[in-house]
Amino acid sequence: MSGPGDGGKKSRTIKVDYMARVEGEGALLIKLKAGQVRDVKLKIFEPPRLFEALLHGRHFSEAPDITSRICGICPVAYQMTSVHSIERALGISIHPMVRLLRRMLYAAEWIESHVLHIYMLHAPDFLGYRDFVELAKDYPKEATEALRLKKLGNRIMTVLGGREIHPVSVTVGGFHKTPSKADLQPLVEELKWALDTSCAKARFLGGFEFPDFEQDYEFVALSHPSEYPFNEGRLVSNKGLNIDSSEYEDHFVEQHVKHSHALHSVIRGRGSYQVGPLARFNLNYAKLPEIARQAAESCGLRVPCTNPFKSILARAVETVFAIDEALRAIQLYEPPPVPHATYQIRAATGQAITEAPRGINYNRYSIDDDGLILSVKIVPPTSQNQKRIEDDLRSYIPGIIEQPLEEITRRCEHAVRNYDPCISCATHFLKVEIES
Amino acid sequence: MKRKPRVGVFKFASCDGCQLSLLDLEDELVALVGAVDIAFFPEMSSNMRKGPYEIALVEGSITTHHDAGRIQQIRKQSKMLVAIGACSTAGGIQALRNWSDSRKWVNQVYAHPEYIQTLSMSTPISGHVPVDFELRGCPVSKYQLLELVSAALAGRKPNIPTYSVCVECKRAGTVCVAVAQEMACLGPATQAGCGAICPSFGRGCYGCFGPAESTNTAILADRMLAQGRDPDEVLRAFRSYNAWSFACRQATQGKGLV
Repeated sequence: MSGPGDGGKKSRTIKVDYMARVEGEGALLIKLKAGQVRDVKLKIFEPPRLFEALLHGRHFSEAPDITSRICGICPVAYQMTSVHSIERALGISIHPMVRLLRRMLYAAEWIESHVLHIYMLHAPDFLGYRDFVELAKDYPKEATEALRLKKLGNRIMTVLGGREIHPVSVTVGGFHKTPSKADLQPLVEELKWALDTSCAKARFLGGFEFPDFEQDYEFVALSHPSEYPFNEGRLVSNKGLNIDSSEYEDHFVEQHVKHSHALHSVIRGRGSYQVGPLARFNLNYAKLPEIARQAAESCGLRVPCTNPFKSILARAVETVFAIDEALRAIQLYEPPPVPHATYQIRAATGQAITEAPRGINYNRYSIDDDGLILSVKIVPPTSQNQKRIEDDLRSYIPGIIEQPLEEITRRCEHAVRNYDPCISCATHFLKVEIES
Repeated sequence: MKRKPRVGVFKFASCDGCQLSLLDLEDELVALVGAVDIAFFPEMSSNMRKGPYEIALVEGSITTHHDAGRIQQIRKQSKMLVAIGACSTAGGIQALRNWSDSRKWVNQVYAHPEYIQTLSMSTPISGHVPVDFELRGCPVSKYQLLELVSAALAGRKPNIPTYSVCVECKRAGTVCVAVAQEMACLGPATQAGCGAICPSFGRGCYGCFGPAESTNTAILADRMLAQGRDPDEVLRAFRSYNAWSFACRQATQGKGLV
């Protein structure tokens, strides 16, 4: 951070060289001049790992394991989107119980990732702490319960996938091995505790102070006729978008900007858009189970909500939903006759979109007759939100421009964290400098 | 009161999964952060302080000029430097570029390759600075990570086994998938630590903990070929998360595998 706090007459620069409490490496650069925002750049300097290129020539069956390594926080979203793309390419239909287990796996990842972000990364901003450890000293009960909720997400993941990070059970057509009913039963008691606790937590979070800031967003999320979306449905928005995943590239385009290793994704002819919990909540409220709608009511989250700072409440409501969904899945589950479908390999192309905790992940896979990968396109959620984050900051800063630079910086970082940016997913890549 | 040892957690090219393992120690996290002074851990805290550090936990591989310089600075500031995970100990999955033209790969992925600064190779931390301990895994085992930090605090050697995954399978009573089902399994040559989860899920080990100490990867590759496996499949099996480790490279040398 540099420049005098002169109230905005001269030019000022705010530089945050290394954004804390985000996953991966990013920075923020904001230039202010004569009380105006001249430039906002969210820089993603996470080194490129070139996943789309290294997948070329690999067998499609290796894609779920390799793509999980794009992100340690949401490995399921990456491995499952690759699986769905390949299943669509080869026309593989899966057993209803496999589908149910997959929803449970998504629920586990949402619980773990949402609780991590709500309490360890984002809540310190609202309560004025530098980290969760400081928060835990003043709010020991909230902290202890948060860790227990997070642990439950990880435990479900471990039962279904062997470990919490980079689970090993997922394969094209189903699972390498499916659990028995008895494997899942021990989770029930803890899930019931978690359902009550996550509702109480939503009320606690509803007591936070939220900056008065609303934006006219285009929210983009999956929409399914009867379910709150995880891994199936049409891609819709509040501004008229309604497409199949195979039409994604006709409507969205990625722009490569100089300051970031993450490509900026925009909707053709309309610009930036928002994906993630707030988008899903606004577009899919009616599909939430009663208990999650009650949790939303109790924390003051109502449709439409266009205040990005309330994304933390959407995450809390989705945590309630995910816990309820995991319970529902356990009750309905009967082991399928075989763990995965059998299928014929042939040259084909398939696209899929699934909902990672922080928003939609789009994949396209083309394979040859031997099942070797010819080309891959991966559009991760942070790439889709990145331009929107910059647009939010451009609108947000004028309202706080009279504050000291240190306070502007703190609030801008808070605003970036509304999106739970996960920067490790720089399959193709965040940094805050404010230059004034 | 004695000053608590200062710990820094640093990230290079990686998925964040190994440092996330620290936050996944839900039951032990409060005790852990109480026993040390977390002086630098950006993923967890905005309170970032300069070195020196008693313990540096380093995740990720070196893939840029800037990072090649940064690891030198971290080494200078750190008494004990531990590389955590397959990226930092072997270059990670991104080291597959080491067999290719990485510029071509950048051209393939980015519209403006000229904006991208990257080295032609992804290399482990030990390729740049002396490393005091390497903790294996993709991701690391959070319990091994806890053992490592506990041992460092007590000034003793960490109890991290260097035998193969086969030992863990036998101990768990998992029927051998290589023998009983003739699956391709890297378990005999892969270091233990994961708990042999893949065979327990009915699939062969895919080697995410890297080659075990004193292992013979070349014989394992021969055995897989002798079973009539497609040479490309055998090559790909050793070209994954720990591909750039010496023993994985050795496995595929001189067998006409390209």
